[in-house]
Amino acid sequence: MKTYLAISLLAVAASFATTPACAQQLVPAGSEIAFTSKQMGVPVDGKFRKFDAKVAFDPKKPETANIAFSVDLASVSLGVAETEAEIAKPDWFDTKKFPQAQFQSSGVKATGGGKYEVTGRLTIKGTAQNLVVPVTLTQSGGNTTAAGSFVLKRLAFRIGDGDWKDTSMVADDVQVRFKLALTGVGAL
Amino acid sequence: MSSAATTERYSGTAIALHWLLALALIGSFMVGVYMVDLPVSPQRLKLYNWHKWAGICILALSGLRLLWRLTHRPPADVAMPAWQRQSAHAVHILLYLLFFAVPLAGWAYSSAAGFPIVVFGVLPLPDFVAPSKELAEAIKPAHKILVFTMALLVLAHVAAALKHHFVDGDGLLERMRPGRR
Repeated sequence: MKTYLAISLLAVAASFATTPACAQQLVPAGSEIAFTSKQMGVPVDGKFRKFDAKVAFDPKKPETANIAFSVDLASVSLGVAETEAEIAKPDWFDTKKFPQAQFQSSGVKATGGGKYEVTGRLTIKGTAQNLVVPVTLTQSGGNTTAAGSFVLKRLAFRIGDGDWKDTSMVADDVQVRFKLALTGVGAL
Repeated sequence: MSSAATTERYSGTAIALHWLLALALIGSFMVGVYMVDLPVSPQRLKLYNWHKWAGICILALSGLRLLWRLTHRPPADVAMPAWQRQSAHAVHILLYLLFFAVPLAGWAYSSAAGFPIVVFGVLPLPDFVAPSKELAEAIKPAHKILVFTMALLVLAHVAAALKHHFVDGDGLLERMRPGRR
């Protein structure tokens, strides 16, 4: 009986061990990356349809986390075909030359109550900038949602160059909001 | 040329509102016709917003003007055949309707297209229709048809006023001339 128990315990332990460290999967259907820019004071909403994330995150050891994120800039949706054609141009995203925006984390710090501070580098249009993003995790069932928002300074990445540099037309601050649905995150 | 029969003038407020709105309407109309064919550019964005701001000002001033018109008696009609008097009144009524209908249709179009109006870049206006591509496509021609109808009525109004003044010699323009008598 004792041996049997030991074996079954070992089996359970083994099944845990075979679970890889990077088991977190992004669920695109429940995820969203949206942004709001201001044009002469008018809020204009947009979102991205295609993005991917590689997440290795253990709530018990957040400092070991590694988050890599990529956004397909050509998948931008602004609701107006003319504006979508414009934003692919070299003055804006220059999608042909720089198809993706990328984020690579360098550190994650727990600030308590399911809140974290993710530090990393955001690269858009060949320009990299350091970024600290507050992220809030919530869990229900086997799903974890990571949500947060930050202000992106568009001119730091030359988004809206040339005639569009004028911030009285398009504000420098762009509010970026994200909601990432993940599976495989351990309990908080 | 001027006749002693037309001594009565519109009130100073009515005259000021008439000419202010005349300038605003003609200016907005010309900007509107010009801007729609511009390629996406800061210039286009600027003109669209100016056009919307002007439209909201026109709407507000037209509200004031209607209140003034309803509470102050205009000068009596000059002598003319009945059909002309009836036409003149009909044109005035239609113009007043369009002073509201055109900017309201523009506002609704902007809202439906997903661009709420923020007057002078600081005062956000509520959307009285929900953003919807189909609705926007339906309102766009309405705004256009209404404004071209207004343009035709304005031409008729101006032509009739000039005809009264210069052909009939009844001094009609004196009634709406800015400045003191």
